[in-house]
Amino acid sequence: MQELLRRYGVGLTAAFIGLTAFWLLILVILPNVTLFESSFRPYLPVVDVGGPLDTYSLNNYMKVFGVPVDVSVLWMTFQVPVHIKIFFGTIYYSTLVTVITFLLAYPLAYYLAKVVSPKSLPTLFLLLFVPLWVSEILRSFAWFIILAFKGPLNALLLNIGLIDAPVRWISGYNSVIVGLVYTYVLFMVFPLYNAIQSLDTNQIEAAEDLGAPWWRIHQRVILPHAKPGIASGSVMVFMLCAGSLLVPTLLGSTSAQWFTQTIQQWMLEALDWNTGAAYAFMLLILCTVFVSVVMRIFRVKLSDIAK
Amino acid sequence: MHKNRNLAFHLYMALFLAYLLIPLIIMGGAAFNDSKLPTVYPWKGYTDQWFIDLWNDNRIWIAFRNTILVAVAVAAISVPIGTAAAILINSLGGRIRSALYGIMVAPILAPGAVIGISTLLFWNKFSVPAGLHLSVLGQVSYIAAFVMLLVLARLQSFDHSLEEAALDLGATHSQVMRRIMLPHLYPAIGAGAAIAFFQSIENFNITLFTRGNADTLTVYVFSKVRSGITPTINALALLLILFTLGLAVWYELNRRRKARIEAAREAEGRRAEEAALL
Repeated sequence: MQELLRRYGVGLTAAFIGLTAFWLLILVILPNVTLFESSFRPYLPVVDVGGPLDTYSLNNYMKVFGVPVDVSVLWMTFQVPVHIKIFFGTIYYSTLVTVITFLLAYPLAYYLAKVVSPKSLPTLFLLLFVPLWVSEILRSFAWFIILAFKGPLNALLLNIGLIDAPVRWISGYNSVIVGLVYTYVLFMVFPLYNAIQSLDTNQIEAAEDLGAPWWRIHQRVILPHAKPGIASGSVMVFMLCAGSLLVPTLLGSTSAQWFTQTIQQWMLEALDWNTGAAYAFMLLILCTVFVSVVMRIFRVKLSDIAK
Repeated sequence: MHKNRNLAFHLYMALFLAYLLIPLIIMGGAAFNDSKLPTVYPWKGYTDQWFIDLWNDNRIWIAFRNTILVAVAVAAISVPIGTAAAILINSLGGRIRSALYGIMVAPILAPGAVIGISTLLFWNKFSVPAGLHLSVLGQVSYIAAFVMLLVLARLQSFDHSLEEAALDLGATHSQVMRRIMLPHLYPAIGAGAAIAFFQSIENFNITLFTRGNADTLTVYVFSKVRSGITPTINALALLLILFTLGLAVWYELNRRRKARIEAAREAEGRRAEEAALL
């Protein structure tokens, strides 16, 4: 701080601090405090705000326990409140998408980092970047067309005789998973590539010379080295999935709700901003817990993830 | 054995690229299909109807203008904030630094819906109505973090003794900033502005909750897709993809030209060296 004053003087230092404070206080911290505070207040008509009815309670949070529905896991059937079901469904399917993107991205990242000749790398990266620059909504819209009941995928599969009757792809969470994997797989490729690329190729060759089979090299040498990349890729993909609103709305069937859609219904359809705030806060807690767990498992710091 | 393995890898790469690109081609192709629903199958013949419809769609032009305005505003606000935050955090150490860093990068990981709703509720307390101005503020809250990370990385290669020298030679504080620090940071600031602009165009979640009644392109396309789609959206998508592709090709050609010049210079240097040795 002393340094800053000596180099740039009082005026500029004050400007740096002022701008940073505006960002962190006005744009980040205070809005979140407001979110937290309003989530405990009831949704009231304007005249009653601040009146005797305006008291703090957990009522907004209790709304997740309303409306039970049947859920069957394996052969057992439970009665579970619908919002709880959606909440855990979102966690489950986001995790599933994260695992699928890892399985798809790992060979590709390894290929880009260690197999392909460095000369063709920039061109390959460019080809990978083009779909990333096309907006998320258009990418999910593309799958909306492909997966349609009378769409090109069914036509193709019927023509080559793989299926006898058209398949209803947009049912349950299937199409949401397809869309999320397609939209976010590149967010797994690049962190993995960065991590594997920093591994000294001599280490792989040494393992080969010592007679290790290829899977053991991956297990003992490459995967441990790629840990920070796996962590940051997983965090990115999971967060984007759990927070996605576009893909589930576009590709989800009516039976496949995403937690962000529930939040959106409270906010924009029921216009109950306080319950919306409570639900948004739950989503925030979920994400915070997920990041902490990943950081603990992979023993990485926040600065390794956010790059 | 390596040869077989490499072949499998090349094949995988090709399949992956096909997986990424074919959906975009199908979507673009549907823009020319003479069918009321956006699809490529069954093919009902070529038409340019959807491009004409797109051109005549007033709402889309308004949404387009809004998107650009928001993106320019976001870039204009995020760049000074991100740069100031990077310079500030770079001069700190220890606990305060990591705590501040944590608060700064957290918005990147927070779900857009949460940022949007908290921004809406906060400004609502001061009776500021929803609208694109709130979308700008919400987007800045996480986009400024990208600028901060880029500038912070660039600051690592900055030689502070340059500033010392300037101060010793009698430069004022603002001269040190303008003539020494900022010129060093320009590449990072430029990249930050570009990222801010494109991130803002892409943004959907924050905008949806804060926009009020105004449309941006993503929100407009979203409402269209839900309320009965026509292939005008495909026409728009194709134009956007071609624009992206154009940018990518331009970037690649630029890179190759630079690499060629670099190679030519190196060759020249080698020749000069050899001549000197002779």
